[in-house]
This record gives sequence, structure tokens and C-alpha cells, in this order.
Amino acid sequence: MSAVLEARGATRLLPGPQPALLVEEIDASFEAASFTAITGPSGSGKSSLLYLLGLLDSPTAGDVLLDGESTARLSNDTRARLRLEHFGFVFQFHFLLPELTALDNVMLPMRQLGRLAPASMRKRASDLLSSLAIAPEADKVPSALSGGERQRVAIARALANDPRVVLADEPTGALDSKNGAAVFAIFRRLADEGRTVIVVTHDEGLARAADRAIRLVDGRRAN
Amino acid sequence: MIPLPVSIALAHLRARKRQTAVSIGGVMLGVAIFIGIGGMMNGFHSYFLSQLVDTNPHIVISDEIRLAAAQPLATLFPDGALEVKRVLPRDPVRGISGASAILDALNAMEGVAAAPSLAGQIILRRAGRDYAISAVGVDPAREERVTDIVHDMIAGSFSTLAYEPNGLIVGQKLADKMGVGLGDSVVAVTTAGSQTALKIVGIFHTGIDSEDQSLGVVPLARQQAMQNRPRVVNEIHVRLADIKRSIPLAEAFERRWGFKAAPWEETYARVLDVFALQDKIIYLTTSSILVVAGFGIFNVISTIVLEKARDIAIMRSIGMPGSSVIAIFVIEGIIVGVVGMALGWLAGWALGSAIHLMPAPTGNAGDTLPVKLTPLLFSAAGAIALIAAIGAAFLPARKAARADPLDIIRGAA
Repeated sequence: MSAVLEARGATRLLPGPQPALLVEEIDASFEAASFTAITGPSGSGKSSLLYLLGLLDSPTAGDVLLDGESTARLSNDTRARLRLEHFGFVFQFHFLLPELTALDNVMLPMRQLGRLAPASMRKRASDLLSSLAIAPEADKVPSALSGGERQRVAIARALANDPRVVLADEPTGALDSKNGAAVFAIFRRLADEGRTVIVVTHDEGLARAADRAIRLVDGRRAN
Repeated sequence: MIPLPVSIALAHLRARKRQTAVSIGGVMLGVAIFIGIGGMMNGFHSYFLSQLVDTNPHIVISDEIRLAAAQPLATLFPDGALEVKRVLPRDPVRGISGASAILDALNAMEGVAAAPSLAGQIILRRAGRDYAISAVGVDPAREERVTDIVHDMIAGSFSTLAYEPNGLIVGQKLADKMGVGLGDSVVAVTTAGSQTALKIVGIFHTGIDSEDQSLGVVPLARQQAMQNRPRVVNEIHVRLADIKRSIPLAEAFERRWGFKAAPWEETYARVLDVFALQDKIIYLTTSSILVVAGFGIFNVISTIVLEKARDIAIMRSIGMPGSSVIAIFVIEGIIVGVVGMALGWLAGWALGSAIHLMPAPTGNAGDTLPVKLTPLLFSAAGAIALIAAIGAAFLPARKAARADPLDIIRGAA
């Protein structure tokens, strides 16, 4: 099976008076319908690798390929467009817009992409919230939701444009174990539906729910 | 469904109602003051000009020439090797030659009325005191068609000059100074040495000091006799139906007859220059209020950008381009600017109306401060407000768009 996403010698050096090497020569490929956990101790470069894979950041050496195509020379706007069309992001903190309702937050990427009619956007957002069992909270603003509900709204927003790749950075970091397990179950389901799911976690127990784990130590692959 | 940047901008502003209201209030205040003060200045200028222009002829053709005639030798032999300078013509008869034909030609033109006059200095003697004034001899019937002085009469009648050969009409301040009223006599002394008894048959008040204090109007024939210039006319007063044609028509008259034809814009050039300077000062001052209002908007948008750094980062991470981020905050500036402008228009109109109700120190009971609110004034105030608002919003918006979302996301994590 060909890789949807691939890192080839991806290196990220943070410039400055004392340059810091965030990740170094990472090689990894990610197929469709796969669930990968990136693990490792704090400061090992897990999030940095995720940002490189999600085209939020650019490697200072090496490359990240999407569908076999290099992304090294793409403009910021092109990378933003690719993120909008192909990637869904979930962060440790939900990062929902506080002024918008849960439904409006989920519709945000759809409105930015602008491919669906307003009614279709609304229906898709409602369906996503239903699939994550938070439909009754659709009209609530984030401050009226629990932590677990907010993170599920964030997952629904990540799925809004039906992305092929879902990237999550410590998505259970702010949740209790019950909600954390529920969120991981959702990611498992997304992978089973055919998406490429990559999750950064320091929780080795949850990482076992993934198909495989990439362990980083000091910015390098340890396995 | 409204565009995404607009709905996010509205959400931001709704969440900061008080700050937004203060910003809108600043723009409103600036626009209102710009319109109110500008309207008052416009009104004052219009009033003053109407007093000047309506009271006086729109074009004055006089027996002056703008350039001395070319030397005879230079005219005959323009390429000649010899030059003879300072050849003086014979003393010409002063006055407008062929004035009668010129008057006929002018009065035959559409929208043009012309009247002859002879201007000259005289001294009025009354109770042992002398008062130097400019006397204008006019044909009353024709003069009434070219000036508005008939409407400025506060005592007597302008038409009395037609049947009172020694009649004199003076300004109110001059009459007060001399202590004369209707029917009183004064003695007029001219530089030619003649002395003539004149009878006050009318008093006018134009509101222009120079005219009310030192202008007298007498019948044309009397003036010609006093100045010892029989049948001479040295000014032709022209009134136009459309005063905007004054400059091209004056130029045409001057080309056609060779005499200096001064449009009202030339006659009152200094006044117009002062008005232009006043306009610049007033509009710069009032515009500065809008610039200050712009700082208010800058403050609000900058605060929102700081507060919303995390939201901006997440929007950028899901694929919103920098241009859309800029659009969000510029739209916020536009919303504040447009709402402030609209409210400012209303407040400016109310301010102008209130100023118009205040009594004017013209000396005439019932006169109120002149205010002229023009569409240009509203447009200019609105345009400056919008430019200030957009400019004030753009700077923090650009900063927001340039921020690296990863810095925020890493910081939050």
C-alpha cells in the first residue's frame, strides 16, 4: 500500500543564538487506514514531528511528502490550502473559538473551504456532532461544555472537511482517563474508516490502542 | 450565510460591546464635529460671498488696461533693428469709449444685464466735518438690474434717484457717523473743486463695513457734472444669471473691447484666499479628531489581536490564509468606521441644525448663524473616517497575519 504521508530525513533545527535540534533525520511513512502513535518523553520532539507532518512547519533538512509529492517548496498559502483540504488537527487544548457555538465551530473549516452549500454544511456539522454523541450540545458555546465535550467538538471540527489525515497532539492530555479512552476509541474508529490517524501521546497505555508506535528520544527515532 | 471573516469580526465586536461602543463613539464624534464646524464655515463663506457678490456686480468693466500698448515702432517693424522706447501717446480721453455700444451689446446677450456708472472720489461736508467717500453715479433703473443694493435699503428708496437729480444714497454707518437721515442735505466737494448740495434720499445696510461706511450712490448725470466729466462712463457693471460663467465671460469681454473686465473672483481674490486658508485650518483641525478616533480603533483591534492570538493560530492551522486573517480585523475596523460614520452623519446634521438656531451678530433681528451642510461635507467626513478606521485596523491585522501559529500552539502546550 502506498504511503499517504511520508517523512524523509525530516530535520527541524530551531535557529537562534543557541540553535536547538527539535527532530533529526526522521524517516517514517503513514498509509491510509492506519493508526500511528508517536510516543516519547517530554522534549523528545513528538509535537515538532507532528507539526512537520501536518505542514504546519517546514523541515530545515529532508522532506515531507503528501501522496508522494514533495511539500518542501510550497508557499505558505498552498500549505494552508492543503491543510484545509487534507488534514484535520486536534490539539491538547480544544482551541475552539469562544464566541461561536459548537455547531459553528465545527462549520468553521467548511466555511473556509466553501465547497458546500450552507444547509449542507449545517447538516454535516450536525451529523458529526451526532456521531460523537454531543448533538444536544450543538448550540452551546465552548464555555458551557465539559472538557470531554469540548475535545469531541474539536475532533468534529477536525473532521469537518472529511480529511484523509487526522493529526492529534496530546488530545487526551487535558482529559481524565475515561474521557481519554473514549477519545482514543474515536481515533481508532476513524482509522478503521480509512483515514490516516497520527496521534502524539506520552501515555504508553493509550498508545497500545494504535496499530504501531513511533518512539522518539532526543529528536531521533528510537525504534 | 454571511462570509466567514465577517461573522468572526461581528462575533469579536459583540464580545467587546463597551470597547466597541467607545470606538464607534470616537468616530461619531469626529464625523459630527467635522460636519458641524465645516457646515458653519461653509455657511459663513456662502453668507459672506453672497453679501459681496449679490450686492455688487459680477463683472466690472473699467477704463483701465492691464498692459501698456506696444510701442509704435515695434508694432510697425517687429523685426526692425532699431528700437525707440518711451513714445507716449496723446492724453486719451479717460473713460470707456463707446460705452453705449458696449452696453447695448452686453444687454443683448442672454443671461447678462449691464449698467453704466462713473466712479470717483468726493468729500461730503456736514456740520464742519469732511467725510471722504467713493461716489458712484448710476442710472437707477439699469443699476437695479445689476446689483442687489435695492434689497439692502433700510430707509428711503433706491428708485428715488431716478427723479431726484441731487439725490444721494449712503450706507448706514456713514449716515450714523454724519448724523444724517432721510431728507437731510450734505455738501459734496469734488477734486475738480465743485460744490454741490445733495439730499439724502436713501440709506442702505449691506453688512460689509467698507461699503456701509464709505460708499455713496448718486444719479449718473450728477456724478458726471460733479466730476466735470460729461457723458463719461468709467465702469460698466455686469450681472450674470449664472455667476459661474463670470471668469470666461470677463475674459471674452476683455478680448472683445480691450478694457479691463474683472470678474468677482478677481475682485475678491484676497477674500477667497483667506477662505481657502480658513478651510485648510478648519478641516485639518477637525480631521485630526478623526485621526484620534483612529487611534481608538487601533487600540481596540490591537487588544482583540492580542486576546485572540490563540484563535488566530487555530484558524491558521486549519488552513485559513493570512489574507483572511487580515480581512477579519480590517472588517472590524470597517464596521466600527461605518457605524461611527452613519451615527456621526446624524449627529453632525443635528449639530449643524443646532448651530443654525443660534442668533447671528449681524445686527438684524432674527438672523441666525449661517450653516450650509453639503453632500461633499458628509462625503469628506465619511471618507476620512473610513480611511482612518481601515488604516487603524490594518496595522494590527497585518501583525496578526504575520504571527507564526506554531509559536502560539507551542506556547499553549
